[in-house]
Amino acid sequence: MWKWFHQLASPPHFYRISAILSPWLMVPGLILIAYGVYAGLFLAPMDYQQGDAFRIIYVHVPSAYLSIMAYMIMATAGGIGLIWRIKLSHAVAAAAAPLGAAFTFLALCTGAIWGRPMWGTWWEWGDPRLTSELILLFLYFGYMALRSAIDDTAKADKASAVLALVGIVNVVIVHFSVEWWSSLHQGQTVFKKGTMDADMRIPLFAMLLGFTLMFGSLLLRRIRTEVLYRERRTRWVKEMILSPQGGA
Amino acid sequence: MDGLAMGGYGAYVWSCFALAFVIVVFSDWRARLRHKRVYRDIEVRLKALEDRE
Repeated sequence: MWKWFHQLASPPHFYRISAILSPWLMVPGLILIAYGVYAGLFLAPMDYQQGDAFRIIYVHVPSAYLSIMAYMIMATAGGIGLIWRIKLSHAVAAAAAPLGAAFTFLALCTGAIWGRPMWGTWWEWGDPRLTSELILLFLYFGYMALRSAIDDTAKADKASAVLALVGIVNVVIVHFSVEWWSSLHQGQTVFKKGTMDADMRIPLFAMLLGFTLMFGSLLLRRIRTEVLYRERRTRWVKEMILSPQGGA
Repeated sequence: MDGLAMGGYGAYVWSCFALAFVIVVFSDWRARLRHKRVYRDIEVRLKALEDRE
């Protein structure tokens, strides 16, 4: 097992494996999303309080969940890179940030669009869930700005990893904000028993799994590019690119 | 048409799904583009080095 992990952390091995793995995640991910979109929009029954507006849940919840998952991947990989100095983990952290920012932006936008007909407002500054999710977006921006402001990759890796680790506090706040404070945002419902009809829940789980697989595929592709860039002066990259078959 | 109207919430529901589609496609396109660029830059640099040698 450790040997397998050790091998996977080797940049040339990861570069090859990720090229094979990425489509194997993307294809089932897209199939699940296609099913989830169809079932969520046309098969799931209307909510008795929110009417058809509740269908926004099928993009809002997966994107909000990915906004947190991407941050945890970024911070964990940054932490591993700091402690064990594994080169690949800093590449993982750097690759996760833009994706996390994209899904956080999507979660904020879909939340605002959903909030307009349900709460009568696009945005509420006093709401802890909304504000902490916006801070999460700023953390992603700050992380990416910090990385690009430092020319030395090793120094950029260390500084951004520290920032990512400090920002975990906000992730905890995002998650528990609806329980700790009174919020316009509804509490946890998706994983609570008896809160959602199976006809509504199954498409949502399909979307959650589909988005996760698609995210995994996109992340692998981004890590591959990051590995290629960081290893651009190494022998294996030179051999791969100059070989007759290439290695895109 | 009733399915598209979403009980009067059509503009809200469809705009969310459209935005999700745009962001996912954009993320995928950006990832591919950056990979191509990085690969091409390395290729050009290595070929220039090889020619010089």
